[in-house]
Amino acid sequence: MTEYLVGPESDIAEGGRKVVACGETEIGIFRVKGELLAWHNSCPHRQGPICQGRIYPRVVEPLDERGEVRTLAYDETTQHLVCPWHGYEFNLQTGRGQGGRGSLRRARLKLEEGQIYVLL
Amino acid sequence: MDAFAKPRASELPVQEIDVFTDTRDILDHANRAARKRKLDDWLVCDIDAHHVETVSWHELVEYIEDPVIRHQAMLYQQEKLGGAPYGLNGDMGLKYQDVGGRISHQAGLREKVDDTSVHRDVTLTRRAMQSLGVDYMVLFPTPMLTLGLHPQPEMEVWLGRAYNRWLIDRVLTQDDRIKTLAYLPFNVPSEAERTIEEFSGKPGVIGFCVPSTRHKPVHHNDYMRAYAMLEERGLPIAFHAAYHWQDPSLSTINRFLGMHALGFVWCNMVHMTNWILNGIPERFPRLKSIWVESGLAWVPFLMQRLDDQYLMRPSEAPHLKRMPSDYMREHCWYTTQPMETTNMKALQLTLEMINAETQLLYASDWPHFDFDLPQEIFDLPFLTEQAKRNILGLNAARIFNLDPTPRKTL
Repeated sequence: MTEYLVGPESDIAEGGRKVVACGETEIGIFRVKGELLAWHNSCPHRQGPICQGRIYPRVVEPLDERGEVRTLAYDETTQHLVCPWHGYEFNLQTGRGQGGRGSLRRARLKLEEGQIYVLL
Repeated sequence: MDAFAKPRASELPVQEIDVFTDTRDILDHANRAARKRKLDDWLVCDIDAHHVETVSWHELVEYIEDPVIRHQAMLYQQEKLGGAPYGLNGDMGLKYQDVGGRISHQAGLREKVDDTSVHRDVTLTRRAMQSLGVDYMVLFPTPMLTLGLHPQPEMEVWLGRAYNRWLIDRVLTQDDRIKTLAYLPFNVPSEAERTIEEFSGKPGVIGFCVPSTRHKPVHHNDYMRAYAMLEERGLPIAFHAAYHWQDPSLSTINRFLGMHALGFVWCNMVHMTNWILNGIPERFPRLKSIWVESGLAWVPFLMQRLDDQYLMRPSEAPHLKRMPSDYMREHCWYTTQPMETTNMKALQLTLEMINAETQLLYASDWPHFDFDLPQEIFDLPFLTEQAKRNILGLNAARIFNLDPTPRKTL
């Protein structure tokens, strides 16, 4: 296993990211709800640069008591990472794809003395 | 161990892809995939890619032949505030392909281009070709694909012919790897014939395109001379699909997903049905028709549907000597994109039913949201290598008479 030094934890603020190359492998590191998470930068659909996509809250469409709809809404508690190639959406915290087809591949991180390392 | 003695991860130059990101950065993974598969040894012809011609509308209108319309259009482009590009119809504000900013390359390629020696579209096309691993790329317009619905038939003639002249002059003559299927102003048959006469053999013109969103019957007698001209010249005719919300049969659809899923197929299903049942392949057996950007899943459905119905009502299709599906398999060619891949068994059967080894042509549709990579053909587990080579490039080389020697650098 190789440890790649990414840099200080403080470099990645809440909602922020750092996408890095560890040799030939690209990893995206995100801070979500205070936690650092890392995903391989490869969409399970077509291996697009998923970690370089935009982040959106999940879109929902609330139903009223009659089963009717009026507006779309953002579920601010669930952030989605969207592949910039074809729009596939993944839960940023769990890596699970919306629609149930494929998940992101998690990468291991180590935090030591305020520094972030990717373990490959 | 000292932290700084460990290998360092390097930050990617692009952290978040947006409309200003260079095409080569957006498609960096595609280029790697092409190199990994050693596609430099494979001929790859991309039969359907796009540029946004309206970015250059101020240039294009200068190529309108009618002097009065040209003058009007140039002044409009210079002075009009708040208008769509001169003369253009269609769903101008209903273009939600980028999914609310999620897919930025569909919203726009606003990247920096320093090379002023060629048109910006030449540079963007070259970047895409290199990134995808493509030897030849066929460019189509984008907003103009609904010109067939224009209330002024003559506007399709003015703008369609101006587009052809502008594209040849400013783009195609700059790079012989960039090709087009020239715009055919189909709503005015005599002008379609004039266009075939004038643009055949022009640099980069390897066939002609009928944008499919229109309400003209492709089997009308008025078009027989144009088909004969194309057959005689050995030039294919392509029907390029699109969508439009003005189609009453689709007007209840409220989500772009639904409109795109049906609209891009429906127009070509209607034209194909008329094409086959009226015996166009019997009348012009050497005329090659190409069905572009409808995906593939519709073809087995229509083959089965028309075959079943034909056997019960053959008197209504007296030109046919064989089953409709036989004509669809032997006289028609199909572009791959957007290739439906969620059910691989269905895809395998589809490719068998259309005889993909000879009839299927790779298309990327770059830079649109549902673009396909060459790897999607390369990686299919049920095709032979020869079939993959045919689909990715050799079938196109045959029907468009292109040199089959790969020319790209990855």
